[in-house]
Amino acid sequence: MAMLRKRASRDVQIPTSSMADISFLLLLFFLVTTTIDVDTGIGLVLPPPVEETDIVKMDPDRIIKVLVNAAGDVLINDELASLLQIHEIVANKLRAKPKMIVSIKTDRETPYRVYIGALDEIKQAYNALREEYALQTFGLPLKQLTKEQMDEVRENVKQSISIAEPERTR
Amino acid sequence: MKFKKKQASTKQSIPTASLPDIIFMLLIFFMVSTVLREYDIKVQYTLPSATQIEKIDNKRIVTYIWVGRDGRVQIDDNIVLIPEIQNIAAKKRRDVPQVIMSLRIDEGSRMGIVTDIQQQLRKGDALRINYSALQKL
Repeated sequence: MAMLRKRASRDVQIPTSSMADISFLLLLFFLVTTTIDVDTGIGLVLPPPVEETDIVKMDPDRIIKVLVNAAGDVLINDELASLLQIHEIVANKLRAKPKMIVSIKTDRETPYRVYIGALDEIKQAYNALREEYALQTFGLPLKQLTKEQMDEVRENVKQSISIAEPERTR
Repeated sequence: MKFKKKQASTKQSIPTASLPDIIFMLLIFFMVSTVLREYDIKVQYTLPSATQIEKIDNKRIVTYIWVGRDGRVQIDDNIVLIPEIQNIAAKKRRDVPQVIMSLRIDEGSRMGIVTDIQQQLRKGDALRINYSALQKL
């Protein structure tokens, strides 16, 4: 008996009409899973690690010391202040002497939210100074500056916030 | 005089043959831009809020450190002890030199733990940090 092989019809093709639908589905999946939420926060650069022997003593006149205790009381260069006054006092001190370094130090028991509040206040002080600088040199508020002008402002009103070296506890 | 409407001689349909290609292009864009890596957060925390906050555009260079209400520290899906942070930070710094350590710390934490973590990060030479905070209204 002769074996008969069945022949398929001539034009064998994969139907491509549904290709668009399939890729649409994939597209939707990626659209849904993509998260575009951006992380926001206060950026800072930590000082490089130092040995105890080569801690540099700074001229006390060049430092604005901000101390925050556990109860949320603030001491700015040995003067008592409240958390909400920080930006005003720091801005005034920076206006008088622009190249000062702001040093922030907290107690181990200080709540994190108080620390962030204090840091935010210091940032506000710098922001106020930048705003003034922008108005003086360009006659425009900070938000309307171009990128180059913004860089110039950043270059001239530099933020120098330092986290004080924690004390050794024994 | 009779006006006669001019009729274009071409076919009156939009060619759909290239539709899959267009969709594929879009698809590939989203596939490339998606960061699928999401972490399983094992600690409970509430972020503090601040007014002067900045955005971090580049998600790929960020490493998160969570500190929960109970003082546990999590990095990349693992709960870690504070003395271990130094090595992890050093490794992250080697892999991505411009790494930003984003600290997601519960607002009620004590500064003691924050200082300890910062000291560890300094020893691990990961110096760029970010205190994650929400916009204060």
